[in-house]
Amino acid sequence: MTLTILEPGLLTTVQDAGRPGFAHLGVPRSGALDQAAAALANRLVGNPGSAAVLETTLLGARIGVDQALTFAVTGAEAELRAGTAKGARRLPFAEAFTLPAGTELWIGPAIRGVRSYLAVTGGIEVTPVLGSRSTDTLAEVGPSVLSAGCVLPVGVGTLTPAEAPATVVHHARLPTDPAIVHFHAGPRVDWFRSGSLRQLSESAYVVAPESSRIGLRLSGPALRRHRARQGDLPSEGMVLGAMQVPPDGQPVVFLRDHPVTGGYPVLAVVDEADLDLCAQLRPGATVRFVPA
Amino acid sequence: MRAHPVGPRALLVEVASPAAARSLAVFLRQACPDVQDIVPAAATVLLDGIADHERVGVVLKRWQPTAESVEGHGPVLLVPTRYDGADLAQIADSWGVSRREVVERHTSIEFTAEFCGFSPGFAYLGGLPERWAIPRRPSPRTRVPAGSVAIGGSWCAIYPRASPGGWSILGVTELSVWDQSRIEPALITAGTKLRFVEQSA
Repeated sequence: MTLTILEPGLLTTVQDAGRPGFAHLGVPRSGALDQAAAALANRLVGNPGSAAVLETTLLGARIGVDQALTFAVTGAEAELRAGTAKGARRLPFAEAFTLPAGTELWIGPAIRGVRSYLAVTGGIEVTPVLGSRSTDTLAEVGPSVLSAGCVLPVGVGTLTPAEAPATVVHHARLPTDPAIVHFHAGPRVDWFRSGSLRQLSESAYVVAPESSRIGLRLSGPALRRHRARQGDLPSEGMVLGAMQVPPDGQPVVFLRDHPVTGGYPVLAVVDEADLDLCAQLRPGATVRFVPA
Repeated sequence: MRAHPVGPRALLVEVASPAAARSLAVFLRQACPDVQDIVPAAATVLLDGIADHERVGVVLKRWQPTAESVEGHGPVLLVPTRYDGADLAQIADSWGVSRREVVERHTSIEFTAEFCGFSPGFAYLGGLPERWAIPRRPSPRTRVPAGSVAIGGSWCAIYPRASPGGWSILGVTELSVWDQSRIEPALITAGTKLRFVEQSA
């Protein structure tokens, strides 16, 4: 069984729970940026949470269905359509649906959020690398970024798709305006002027267009170094959610394809519970940081 | 030894040297197998994904760096290298010696891989004396070929695959230092000892 990528949109990749445990070899963790949305999509089609899904970015994607298969789309809200020789019909969002062979599945541009997740019963079964099927866009580990014409193998599903009570849960997870992101003090607070954490929590930051799977770039009032702390640190290990501040004072929150080490000081660490939300923040969105 | 919390599930431990970081990482991997990622670097060890903070605290107090734990492991890996890199002449100038002497110096050192980072399989190799340090190029090259043997500061490294890079290139090896289809994809990990051997063109 296979799916064929017809149009990959801005960036469509295969993702799963990622490959933690290899940071000491220089391998990022990678994985679906919005883990809760990916897990929900899998649950809706009866997959285990570890199954691989497709992650789209802002513009959606168009996919050819080569055999009859059951799907669900979650995450960033988008219009969904199925096209056959007989015409097009709308499909439900965050619910399972079955499409016959020869259908084109169209995931429209994101209406709210950034990344939509397409799960298929049986999961995307590309060859795992270091225990994961995730595409790492920084380290180029795992399958390549998808392009038109890519054919993806689908596994054999055995479970019955679940009912869809989780739709409500899903809607609660997309960002509000401003988005509220909780943080903890980072390991290098002493590299910054006193009051920097207060400045972080009292200012509004705007998501910059250069944001990617590597990091959420923000612009706003510059976070300044302590006078005695110039230059860079010797490279040190970085966690998911670390807020690095380069000399220009504009913070970057590390997402799942982040480099495993870095030399800019970490002022704060975003709370784990808000990382999925960070994956859905669009360029131009306003963020308020609140102490966890 | 100072430990900084990095959010509720991680700890950054500061140590005196890269060798101490490597030694502590080896010790922690055995003493705390439930910590998800243990990442040694130049002067720190990151413990990421801690389930039991209390246990980690107790274990950290027990650690003593020993001469044995700081030494590298295994046999010395020989790296056949063609010394025809784009920056060989500049390195010779900056050391004030001939190109031949650069090759002789570089092949005389036994390096130890201290930690990995930058990209998968990229190991920071220690052993070059500080007085032979070469500053990074003012503007990084957009593409350094795979297998390039290079110097950055007093570190040496082999680029696992083509990537941008700001280090000065001595030469090239055909040894595959990163192959994700292998069970152990990284040929060089923290603690690997190695020596470069001149290979004629």
